[in-house]
Amino acid sequence: MKVQLTTNQIEWRQQFRRFAEEQVKPYATQSDRNERLSEEIMESIRSSGYLGSMVQEEYGGKGFGPITQGLLNEEIGKVCSSTRAMLTVHGMVAIAIQRFGTEEQKQTYLPQLSDGSILGAFALSEPDTGSDAKSIQCKAEVRNDSYVLNGVKKWITMGQVADLILVIAQLNDGPTAFLVEKDTPGLSIEAMTGLMGNRASMLAELHFNHCVIPKANRIGKEGMGLSAVALNSLDYGRYTIAWGCVGLGQACLEKSFSYSKTRKQFNQSIGEQQLVQKMLTEMIVEVKAARHMCHHAGYLKEINAPESIMETWAAKYFSSKMGVNVANHAVQIHGGNGYIQGNDIERLYRDAKVNEIIEGTSQIHEVLIAKNANMAWIRS
Amino acid sequence: MHTKLKIREFLEQFFGDHQLRDDEDLFSTGYVSSLFAMQLVMFIEKEFQIHLKNEELDLKNFQSIDRIANFLEQLKVENV
Repeated sequence: MKVQLTTNQIEWRQQFRRFAEEQVKPYATQSDRNERLSEEIMESIRSSGYLGSMVQEEYGGKGFGPITQGLLNEEIGKVCSSTRAMLTVHGMVAIAIQRFGTEEQKQTYLPQLSDGSILGAFALSEPDTGSDAKSIQCKAEVRNDSYVLNGVKKWITMGQVADLILVIAQLNDGPTAFLVEKDTPGLSIEAMTGLMGNRASMLAELHFNHCVIPKANRIGKEGMGLSAVALNSLDYGRYTIAWGCVGLGQACLEKSFSYSKTRKQFNQSIGEQQLVQKMLTEMIVEVKAARHMCHHAGYLKEINAPESIMETWAAKYFSSKMGVNVANHAVQIHGGNGYIQGNDIERLYRDAKVNEIIEGTSQIHEVLIAKNANMAWIRS
Repeated sequence: MHTKLKIREFLEQFFGDHQLRDDEDLFSTGYVSSLFAMQLVMFIEKEFQIHLKNEELDLKNFQSIDRIANFLEQLKVENV
């Protein structure tokens, strides 16, 4: 058994790390305060080509494999969770088109999604529908050569700025996926502000009021919007969120490790205190364990193994809990210095929580992982 | 290994001791979750070394062991 990154993956990780440190990190605090990703981040992400990390090269993307995509999300997640969130939802739209789109949809949208000339957002949640996704109320009706959408979507990450939105709506009582361009008449966008964490994710509520889209904008078969299109996108979402949590945990760990060496109390560094050592040990072990789970899920994705789906659920479940635990320890180690705006630890702590809610709450993970447990998977 | 046996072997992990008939509807037995369709498609693509096109991703093609085997047979004929 061999568990190690390839030379190519190590090189990419170095590039991602440099990019994150130089192009994203300096603007993360400002983005958090302004509740908006800074223009500097948006511009550098666009020009990096990383928005097309999951798109095949023939459509203008980078064509990264799952492990390399994971490394990208770890490094970005380490410096700015909101930027990582953008990569996630944008990728969810791109992979839906790549897997279920017509050739025309692929040719039209994938090159633009790859070079960042358009941004994507994924719209499933509604004011009254979260975990019980089958109960969405947004409706689509056929009218001549068009579909007419009516309803409201809520908590849509990047909804304020997305140019292309993947919308799941009921068509003849079957959830179906549609692509809606931002400027379509009948679509109005209302910004959501005041989030606890991931504050620069530019969330929006989307109102569809007799919003008419061409028939060519349906993606995938009628009635397969949830069981095929959305589940496939959400699998990618969970996978990248899990990796983002590893990055967040790593950032907390590195900052706490450094701080515990320099902060002195009782004439010695606090890192000499056994109770601080206990917290550091838990942080180290939990971050390592989460990363291993992400690597394993990624490896299974690389070989297209069906087991990758449940491993991804497990990795996201563990990593999101790890992020909250590790950020909590980081604040505790930093004391008052970690509890004030301007210190990255304070932002990381707030950013960690949402990962236990999005792309399936931890409780939905607990139900689903237990329900899907079988001897073959438990033993593997 | 025979196509149906390979499919059965994969399905055993979901259906346990339940004796699946070749014509039994996999999705209405109550044994599988919403993730099953995705897992089944991944298994078929990996095991039989094919990439299913969008228009082929129709639940009717995957509803029973018989349907899956027939669908795979049909794909073989079309590719000859």
